[in-house]
Amino acid sequence: MSPHRPVTFNHNPLLEKGLQEWRPRLILLGLMACFLALVGRAAYLQGFNHEFLQAEGKSRYSRVIPVPATRGRITDRHGDVLAISTPVRSVWAIPPDAVLTPAETRQLASLLEMEVEDLNRRLSSEQGFVYLRRQLPPEVARRVSELGLPGIHQQQEYRRYYPAGEVTAHMLGFTSVDDVGQEGVELAFNADLKGRPGSRRVIRDRRGQIIEDVESIRPPHDGSDVVLAMDKKIQFIAYSALREAMQKHKALAGSVVVLDSRSGEILALVNAPTFNPNNRSNLTGAQLRNRVLTDVFEPGSTMKPFIAALALDYGKVTPDTVIDTDAGRMTIGRATISDVRRHKGLTVTGVIQKSSNVGTVKMAQQFTPDEMWKMFDELGFGVPLHLGFPGEAGGRLRPAKSWRPIEQATMSYGHGISTTLVQMARAYTVFTRDGELIPLSLTRIDGPPQPTRRVFSAETARTMRHMLEVAAGPQGTAPRAQITGYRVAGKTGTAHKLEGGRYTNKYISSFVGFAPVSNPRLIVAVMIDEPSAGQHYGGAVAAPVFAKVAEGALRALGVAPDAPLVPLHFAGQAPTPVTAAKERM
Amino acid sequence: MIRADAFLVSLVVASALGVVAAQHQARKLFSELEREQARAHELEVEWGQLQLEQSTWAALSRVEAAARENLGLGEPVPGRIIVVERVR
Repeated sequence: MSPHRPVTFNHNPLLEKGLQEWRPRLILLGLMACFLALVGRAAYLQGFNHEFLQAEGKSRYSRVIPVPATRGRITDRHGDVLAISTPVRSVWAIPPDAVLTPAETRQLASLLEMEVEDLNRRLSSEQGFVYLRRQLPPEVARRVSELGLPGIHQQQEYRRYYPAGEVTAHMLGFTSVDDVGQEGVELAFNADLKGRPGSRRVIRDRRGQIIEDVESIRPPHDGSDVVLAMDKKIQFIAYSALREAMQKHKALAGSVVVLDSRSGEILALVNAPTFNPNNRSNLTGAQLRNRVLTDVFEPGSTMKPFIAALALDYGKVTPDTVIDTDAGRMTIGRATISDVRRHKGLTVTGVIQKSSNVGTVKMAQQFTPDEMWKMFDELGFGVPLHLGFPGEAGGRLRPAKSWRPIEQATMSYGHGISTTLVQMARAYTVFTRDGELIPLSLTRIDGPPQPTRRVFSAETARTMRHMLEVAAGPQGTAPRAQITGYRVAGKTGTAHKLEGGRYTNKYISSFVGFAPVSNPRLIVAVMIDEPSAGQHYGGAVAAPVFAKVAEGALRALGVAPDAPLVPLHFAGQAPTPVTAAKERM
Repeated sequence: MIRADAFLVSLVVASALGVVAAQHQARKLFSELEREQARAHELEVEWGQLQLEQSTWAALSRVEAAARENLGLGEPVPGRIIVVERVR
């Protein structure tokens, strides 16, 4: 080990040696290369590839936000609003951002109509997003935003209102919270009603508040309005008449549909039980069902006029041909068909007037199943109407090949064949329109009338109108269908309900009629399901509803009376004197 | 030569100022448009609410109740109906 000798830096022998030339140059070159790289990078970012950084910068403050579009209105034929969307606002918070003084919290709580503790609990939530209150009126929402509190935000939503409430519930249906049609016209015309949201670009500050509008990218496109064929007044008349009948007869369900026989427009459509579309908290399926369009039933005797018309059209009978009704009984195979009241012999008019099953079957037996099937098919039975309504049913009409003789017989008086109420009402247009069937429409028709299809000759239709007027007359099955000032015609139906393939002692009472007879304008079809307060015949249960609806509707439409304006005179009652009648009405 | 340069430079400056002014104008007009559109929307909303209110007040059940109870009206009885027809 050699002893250490201290060496100072200045006397370091290495310094004496002198450096080689290339070493400082190398360092210098290295440094210059580094600088060049930096300059090149800067030039690249600033000059050649600036879009990327600019976009990144923009995305820190500029946002594309959606602009909601309003859902279209639904109005009745006169433009009265039936469904409308109005904006509401939901207030939400980002709890970490929402640092409020106690005074601010109290102010906010009172505006939101919340307890201060509740608000504080929500604001101290760990989540990044909490709703404070949904669907606030715009007025209150404005005052909340005027407070300018940090971390408190709002979003616009729409709420749909139905001013007519349960009167138009089934026709209109309703929308979901997202403003999408769920039922009824709201669903059927969703494509027209829904708007197309737009978007715009805005500049936002750190807190997310909009400080500048930059540009509109796509303007919102509001949904278009739908004008229904419905007449609000007639709808209301039908609704109150049905509700009254439901209570009086303690019925399970009921429906009324009113058609304009000239244009095929559906003027009113009501169902019971109904619901309030503005408050759908506890709905049942029974309330929701639009029975007029979706429920099929065996119509019963309302089918008979078509058989009589077919027989007239083929020239097999005249209105005065006497049919031997075998004292109200006949046997086909092992089955017996009977009438409610026995008549020895009835004319064709009498068969319709008294609603004789036997007489109708005798007329039907003169046709092959194919001929009858062809008529039912032409009348539109067995096929949905394709109005665009969700869940439309078509009823059941089996192919003629599979008909047994007893089935052909029962079908002639409306059993073994099923239809919806609206199909039945539409089929009656052949009588009101001189033998032509017209397509129906949910919306108001402004253009030329729709093409029609001829089923019976005009002569047959005119004869049938007379027969149906007699049927609704004093000696017919439905004298209670009579109304003051107008001649009415129509046919009752009382059908046993089918349950599990067997006929029960529960009934469906119906009435399909039209008025005024001299120049038919309206077709009104009424169906009451399971009347259970003693009466069940169509003439007693459904015909009075028809009378109420037809009378009110004709007056609402301003149709000129075609019968003398005498007070109604029911057998067994004294004629109502004018003064007394005033009190009664 | 210098004169031409000065002229061109002043043109450039003028057009630059023009661009600035036009952009400012465009921004102002756009925000005005936005404001007006918002106002139109607000009015639309108000109209909707008024329609809603109107149809609530004019609900047929309410009108009927008012007519029957407050005004003592009823359906006309046959003897009191006069039919007016237009003769063509």
